[in-house]
Amino acid sequence: MNFSSRLLESAVDEFARLPGVGRKTALRLVLHLLNRPEAEVERFSLSMTSLRSGIRFCKVCHNISDQLVCGICTATRRDRSLVCIVEDIRDVMAIENTNQYQGVYHVLGGVISPMDGIGPSDLNIATLVERVQAGEIKEVILALSATMEGDTTIFYIYKKLKDLPVRISAIARGIAFGGELEYVDEITLGRSIATRVPYESTLMK
Amino acid sequence: MYLRKLSLLNFKNCAEAEITLSPTVNAFTGDNGAGKTNLLDAIHYLALCKSYFNPVDTQQIMQGTEFFMVQGIFERAEKEEQISCSLKKNQKKQFKRNKKEYERLADHIGLFPLVMISPYDTSIIMEGSEERRRFIDTIISQTDNRYLDGLILYNKVLANRNSLLKQISETGRYDPSLLEIYDDQLVETGQRIFGKRKKFMETFGPVFRKHYEYITGKAEDAGLTYDSALLHEDFAGLLKRSAERDRALERTTAGIHRDDLTFLIHGMPMKKFGSQGQQKSFLIALKLAQYSYLLDQKGFKPLLLLDDIFDKLDDKRTRKLMQMVSADDFGQIFITDTSRQRIERIFDEINVPVTVFDIAAGSCISHDEPR
Repeated sequence: MNFSSRLLESAVDEFARLPGVGRKTALRLVLHLLNRPEAEVERFSLSMTSLRSGIRFCKVCHNISDQLVCGICTATRRDRSLVCIVEDIRDVMAIENTNQYQGVYHVLGGVISPMDGIGPSDLNIATLVERVQAGEIKEVILALSATMEGDTTIFYIYKKLKDLPVRISAIARGIAFGGELEYVDEITLGRSIATRVPYESTLMK
Repeated sequence: MYLRKLSLLNFKNCAEAEITLSPTVNAFTGDNGAGKTNLLDAIHYLALCKSYFNPVDTQQIMQGTEFFMVQGIFERAEKEEQISCSLKKNQKKQFKRNKKEYERLADHIGLFPLVMISPYDTSIIMEGSEERRRFIDTIISQTDNRYLDGLILYNKVLANRNSLLKQISETGRYDPSLLEIYDDQLVETGQRIFGKRKKFMETFGPVFRKHYEYITGKAEDAGLTYDSALLHEDFAGLLKRSAERDRALERTTAGIHRDDLTFLIHGMPMKKFGSQGQQKSFLIALKLAQYSYLLDQKGFKPLLLLDDIFDKLDDKRTRKLMQMVSADDFGQIFITDTSRQRIERIFDEINVPVTVFDIAAGSCISHDEPR
């Protein structure tokens, strides 16, 4: 692409660095911004700068937050003896959207994958062990992706926590709601049968 | 099961061709570079979704053109099945059965089993153990569709374990519990693959010996054994014992990824002590054993593709071989050779009808009725 302006080109280059944005989309976004009032564009760039400089990671659960400790960890109504272990903030948002969970979280910041250079020390596992050792926590729920990396991480955390006085559970895996049995893949279905649950416990309150 | 019709478009050196095949013996004859082997490869494509010779799909496209297409009409279980495979440059390979595209190519593999015997097979004897593992893995995965998934999982765990070993030596941080997790995963999948390979070799070995004795007329004594450290020790113990060495070498030194097959002739390694003809006989026996195994597992006859089979074999072995494959145990056969006269003479001698196709410069194909 040839540009008539160096400023235009550098703005397009920056947008094109974003995930999922190619150079054509980048150009469209830049031209759109150019058509907006100057104040609006300033607001846009200011919000980006302050995001980068102002954001904090909650020092308890490592979730993204504006304060030193996030809103979920400070909320008085929440059950602090129940901790849900997730990969990143997207999972926190997904679980929050269910309105089913009243405990707190622990954000690992990834899953163990030596091939991608991510080992246990790159994740927030040591702080999790400290939190559990402190004694207030009665149960941890492992809510990680059903991939090989997720399983490895679950197993690793289990090994680190199994000698501490805490209940360790993992989210159920199986048939999706509204899903027809015949369309479920063999591995999921096989596991669903192997790890079946008593019907009474599925009669939800 | 047999292939009734084959049509090609821009496949390698063949611009366009359509041929109707005989359910028994088909021969492709022509000069060097005419495109005889390409026809076999096209059939291989239809059966196994890939080339036998070249793993790069785009290189199968005829020079100067943008796409290739291979189509075949099979008769299978008294039903007509149309298989077509096409590839456009920079696009995903399309693979269809009866005009319906496959979601997973793996679902196709094994439906139309095929055995190819080619001069390139010498790599099974000459190259490293990887070739020999691939040989048995290909056969087992054609009859057991879970096998390949297990192998992929094993390799993923292995890659993670090796990266971890590397990181341990780079950073000096050693976390035994993480390594243990990978060991457990490796043992679980590895043990299962080992079990399948061992069971396979128990059936495959005797079949191989039978074929080898037939081709050579019991003139030679050949050995084929499965060689795995897991035969002598369980995998978990093996990993534990090699843990020190693994950390020093920064890779996993024991496991089913080191399995091998041992080929012997008169008790000596085939690679060093076998003549070219002996090696070829050995390979043909291996492939025929693959054929018999597939036939036994599938319950119907796979296709048999013989590329340049007469090279390096003496007349006695050639005749025996042709007699054998034309007999009732074998179904549809494809043979390539440079000499039409030789093909006609051999099949005249054993009194078997053969359909001969003359191949010239890929495109022009003429054919005679079975004689």
